Amino acid sequence: MPVDIGTLDTFPKLLAHHSQVRGTLAAIREKDLGVWQTWSWGRFADEVRALACGLAAHGLDHGAHLAIVGDNRPRLYAAMCAAQCLGAVPVPLYQDAIATEIAFPIQDAEIGFAMAEDQEQVDKLLEILPQCPSLKRIYFDDPRGLRNYPQEALTSYEKLQDAGRAFDAANPGFFDGIVARGVGSDAAAMFFTSGTTGNPKGVVLTHTALIDRAHAAAQMEGLSDSDVVLAYLPPAWIGQNIFSYAQPFVTGYCICCPESAETVMADMREIGPTYYFAPPRVLEALLTTVSIRMEDAGTFKRKMYLYFMEVAKRVGARILDGQSVDAGDRLLYRLGDILVYGPLRNVLGMSRVRVAYTAGEAIGPDLFVFYRSIGINLKQLYGSTETSVFVCIQPNGQVKSDTVGPAVPGVELKFTPQRELLIRSPGLFREYYKNPQATADAKDAEGWFHTGDAGYFDPDGHLKIIDRVKDVGALTDGTLFAPKYIENKLKFFPYIKEAVAFGDARDRACVFINFDMEAVGNWAERNNLPYAGYVDLASRDEVYQLVGDCIAKVNLDLSQDPELANSQIHRFLILHKELDADDGELTRTRKVRRGYIGERYQSLVEALYAGRQSVHVEAQVRYEDGRTGSISADLKIRDAKTFPVAAAKRAA
Amino acid sequence: MSGGATVERVTGEVIIAVEGVSLAFGGVKALSDVSFDVREHEVRAIIGPNGAGKSSMLNVINGVYHPQRGTIRLKMDGTLREFHDMDPHEVALSGIARTFQNLALFKGMSVLDNIMTGRNLRMHSNILLQALRLGPAAKEEIEHREAVERIIDFLEIQAWRKTPVGRLPYGLQKRVDLGRALALEPSVLLLDEPMAGMNVEEKQDMCRFILDVNDHFGTTIVLIEHDMSVVMDISDRVVVLDYGRKIGDGTPDEVRGNQAVIDAYLGVSH
Repeated sequence: MPVDIGTLDTFPKLLAHHSQVRGTLAAIREKDLGVWQTWSWGRFADEVRALACGLAAHGLDHGAHLAIVGDNRPRLYAAMCAAQCLGAVPVPLYQDAIATEIAFPIQDAEIGFAMAEDQEQVDKLLEILPQCPSLKRIYFDDPRGLRNYPQEALTSYEKLQDAGRAFDAANPGFFDGIVARGVGSDAAAMFFTSGTTGNPKGVVLTHTALIDRAHAAAQMEGLSDSDVVLAYLPPAWIGQNIFSYAQPFVTGYCICCPESAETVMADMREIGPTYYFAPPRVLEALLTTVSIRMEDAGTFKRKMYLYFMEVAKRVGARILDGQSVDAGDRLLYRLGDILVYGPLRNVLGMSRVRVAYTAGEAIGPDLFVFYRSIGINLKQLYGSTETSVFVCIQPNGQVKSDTVGPAVPGVELKFTPQRELLIRSPGLFREYYKNPQATADAKDAEGWFHTGDAGYFDPDGHLKIIDRVKDVGALTDGTLFAPKYIENKLKFFPYIKEAVAFGDARDRACVFINFDMEAVGNWAERNNLPYAGYVDLASRDEVYQLVGDCIAKVNLDLSQDPELANSQIHRFLILHKELDADDGELTRTRKVRRGYIGERYQSLVEALYAGRQSVHVEAQVRYEDGRTGSISADLKIRDAKTFPVAAAKRAA
Repeated sequence: MSGGATVERVTGEVIIAVEGVSLAFGGVKALSDVSFDVREHEVRAIIGPNGAGKSSMLNVINGVYHPQRGTIRLKMDGTLREFHDMDPHEVALSGIARTFQNLALFKGMSVLDNIMTGRNLRMHSNILLQALRLGPAAKEEIEHREAVERIIDFLEIQAWRKTPVGRLPYGLQKRVDLGRALALEPSVLLLDEPMAGMNVEEKQDMCRFILDVNDHFGTTIVLIEHDMSVVMDISDRVVVLDYGRKIGDGTPDEVRGNQAVIDAYLGVSH
């Protein structure tokens, strides 16, 4: 039963609605003392009311900010809503941030009140107290270890609620009045973006923006109050906040808070969420766990697993998409479901998952298809903090591994001539807090948000994000050249660790390759290829053959895409050393520094384009103990297999 | 506590008084004429080089060994009472729990069950009712389970609740051992080298748990420890033993400056 978001235009109004309509249904659960403890919507509303009145009694005003520092906890979510009741703005902060990182947002937004989860967070806040004169009150949820803290600024959650109940009794009508006065255009929350350069920026989102997007996506997926979500990612991240706050408030579903970060897997199995989000790295870690355990399993089980996973790979995703599959395969898949896929989903805690999303970075096709093939409806979405997440979602039955789907209803998309994606949506942020310059740079006069992402629509109208705009170039024939897109495609192969693509303002694309020492070393052992180390393997024709096959597959893939077909990789070489952050070739977060590598290995780049078959190289390397040495080697350069452009294929 | 919560330490009356205790195994004198006391609510450390008699001292308090000479008085029902030849079971009943240097956990049992064994002394219904989970036994079990869950929560070992103890790393096993001792709800906790074999991070965690236990439950702590920095950081008072004799007693600062202690630890030319 959809709610009327026209009249229920703020989160506190939605909460009041749910406490009337489904007051006894579960709103939020938390595992405590080994038992799942439940707050009904009615209880949730009571908690929020007492908190809000307490905060009002302590002087939290309309437009002021309440910092929320901690993990997913019912009381912290209640505090978030309590602030919103008063027209104040909750500012969730990352619970694993160090004290100095927390100081900036508190100073920037002149935050006067903070709700902390436990002693750890309280200690951080007390540490920065001298630098943050605005911070007057710190509330805490878990009193453990805080009993003897003498600081006057500290108040427990219970004491705050007691003050609130007294205030409520003395001022009847205050709470209902202030909730009723809230409007959708009020700021609902502020999220600080990580900010790779310079200070983080506070993204201000209104009630209308968050509720509209949460509602649109919920409608699209048919979410209802019978859905269940496990809240296990940081609540300071917009994604978790949408799934564990905005969407349950719109649909009335129940969220569950795990006992601790280590128990997430077990808690997930107990809860059996129906709606699930995981970034690719989490999905990859889960798959690795499964693969390792399967390798330790008995021969019979392992063979059965491999056989049925092959069946799943062939037909699983097609069955999920409702495409026609012949009866024999269908029967086999059903048998596999009983023997393998069902138990596997159960182990992963995904038996009941109806809708699962992944986003945040590019996901490898094999990884993506693995989950889909065992019957988990994993889909991609596109969005950011500034857009209240939902910009594009893959609709059921139209899922591809390399697009993020068409625009969610309500969103307009267009591209600049430089292929930068612009977004206009009711979910857009209001502003960067106290930063009109950055706001004006990001959002133009007509309300288009400049994402900085480059992409285009594929023939089915699905958005395909390829790179950041500033990194996208063009070949001399004008073909789009998206180095990161090509590099990512290569890196999805387990054998390839790093790739560096060149091609901007050149006539064709070429790449440097770093293979994955562990994977290729393992492969070499299995193929009876003796080797001395990385440099040795890097000079082997067999390894060139192996890498060449990977590149050919990428080229085949690229040739299917009319936009990118000409940027197929023509030549490649395997670098004689592994790219290293200590040598400045990678950033500390392991992103390749393409420009720097291009300069440093200029002779190699020239050799690639000069058509030579080998090149001599001498390079400085910095060892871990700080000494420097040099490596010299003759590198081979090979041509890669390319494919004719398959432009006509789509017409059929 | 980086938050700078400076807490005035309040310690109470004498809760254990050891007077002139001597213990010998045949010709080997493990302890000779050792006297010291433990006050309510304090963290009391016993230190000394290898073979100084630290564990023997703990075993004497614990009732495992019975000293040939000297007395031990425990505070019971508000007054210090001398006791003779109490066995460990009776000592445990009087509110003194301990952990072991070499861990004495049931390796094949889960963390939960191991801690539950610590509740054994507090279970009152008879074994038949317990086996059949009848009426009062079921109710009792729920109460004990809740107490155990509080300890699991306190020691932050939720993730391993159902894991067999033998599969856990050493540092965690130590924590389970502490959990089992806590399950007794003791008024005094004897810890035999709680930090032995741990890395720095595990030691820091353990220190925090010990201080939390002391603060949260008001439990008096008597611990043996080798790591001097740990001892100096967390103890209120320190007893130093060497060759079975007491050579120092006082606050960490006093003990640090004691010439006999320095000699015992650094050696001295004769």
